[in-house]
Amino acid sequence: MSLTFVPAELSGEQGVDPSIAPSIAGARDYLELMKPRVMSLVVFTALVGLVLAPGHVHPVIGLTALICIAVGAGASGALNMWYDADIDARMARTAARPIPAGRLRPGEALAFGLTLGGFSVAVLGLLVNVVAATLLALTIGFYVLVYTMWLKRSTPQNIVIGGAAGALPPIIGWASVTGGVSLEPVLLFLIIFMWTPPHFWALALYRKDDYARAGVPMLPVVAGDGPTRRQILLYTLILAPLGVAPWFMGYAGAAYGVAAIAGGAGMIALALRILAEKDGFKASKQMFAFSILYLFLLFAVLLADRMSGGLVGHFAT
Amino acid sequence: MITSNLMSDSDRKPDAQQPEAGIRLTEAQLRARRSRSIAIGIALGLLALLFYIVTLVKGPGVLERPL
Repeated sequence: MSLTFVPAELSGEQGVDPSIAPSIAGARDYLELMKPRVMSLVVFTALVGLVLAPGHVHPVIGLTALICIAVGAGASGALNMWYDADIDARMARTAARPIPAGRLRPGEALAFGLTLGGFSVAVLGLLVNVVAATLLALTIGFYVLVYTMWLKRSTPQNIVIGGAAGALPPIIGWASVTGGVSLEPVLLFLIIFMWTPPHFWALALYRKDDYARAGVPMLPVVAGDGPTRRQILLYTLILAPLGVAPWFMGYAGAAYGVAAIAGGAGMIALALRILAEKDGFKASKQMFAFSILYLFLLFAVLLADRMSGGLVGHFAT
Repeated sequence: MITSNLMSDSDRKPDAQQPEAGIRLTEAQLRARRSRSIAIGIALGLLALLFYIVTLVKGPGVLERPL
C-alpha cells in the first residue's frame, strides 16, 4: 500500500503552515526553474567559444564543459526565480512560473539553485580546469548577487551592467580549452554585452506597464519611451560595427562578414523604425524577435566558419 | 530489571483499529515525489557515468589540473 506518513504536526490538513506541507513540485517544475530557453542560448554561445579556441580538447571534456556551463546557467535561473518570486507574481509574463504559481516553494528553489551552482563549478574545476570553473562561479555570482539582488530593483542600468553575466559563456567555453582568456573571446563577450540593452529595452517598451506594476525600474518606466528609443539606437549603432569586428580583425571569414553586415544593417533599420514609431510597439516587438535571430546568426556563422576549417584536429582524442 | 523494560513485538505494533498518526499524501503529491525521485536518480547516475568516462579518457592525467 502506497501510504506515506509524516508527523501530524506537519499536516496541511490540520491548519499547519503550508510552507512545510509535502511538496507538489514535480521534475518538470524544477526544469522550468532552470530557464531552459535562456540555457540553450548560453550553451550555444559557450559552444562557439569552445570551438573557436585554439588547441585541442577531447570531445568528452568539451561536452563536460558545456554540461557544466548549462547547469551553472540553470542554477542562476533558479536563484533568480527564488529571489524575484515577488516580482514575478506581479508580472503577466512571469506569473505562471513555478514559485508564483504555487507549485514550488521558495526554499526548494533556493536549495536547488545552490546545489546546482556548487556542483557545476566543482565538476568543471575537477574535470576541465580551474580557470573555467572560476569564470563560471564569477558568472553565477554576478548574475545572482550583482544583477538580481542589487541592480535589477535599483537602477535603469540594470540590464546594461547585468548583461555581463549573459556575455561571459563564450569566454568560459574558450577557457575550457585553453585554460586562459585572450582577445577573441573578449570580442564575443562585447558583442553579447552590447546586444543585451537593445534586446531587453525593446521588450521593456511594450511590457513597461508590467515592469511598472512590479516596481522594476526599467528604462522606459523611469525615463519614458523617447529616451529608451534613442538609447536603443545608440547601442545598436555600437553593436553593428562590433558584430563585424571578428571578420575585420581576421578571426572569421567572408561569410561571417557578410552575415554580420547584413544583420547589423537590419538591427539599425529596426532601431530607426523604433525611434520613428509614434503609436504602438510593432517595431519594438520586431526588434525583440529579430535581435535573437541576429545573435544566433552571428554565432552560427562563426561556428560554421570554424567547422568548414575542420574540427578534426580541434577535438583531438 | 532489564527484561521488565522490554516490549514484546505485539506491544510495538500500532493498533489496527486506530488510524495512524500523520497525514496521507495525495495522489498529486505522490506523483510529484516519484518524478523528483526519478530525476534525482537519473542525475546522480549520469554524474557517476561522467566521472567514470572522464577518468578513462584522462587516464593517469586525471589528477593533473593545471591552472
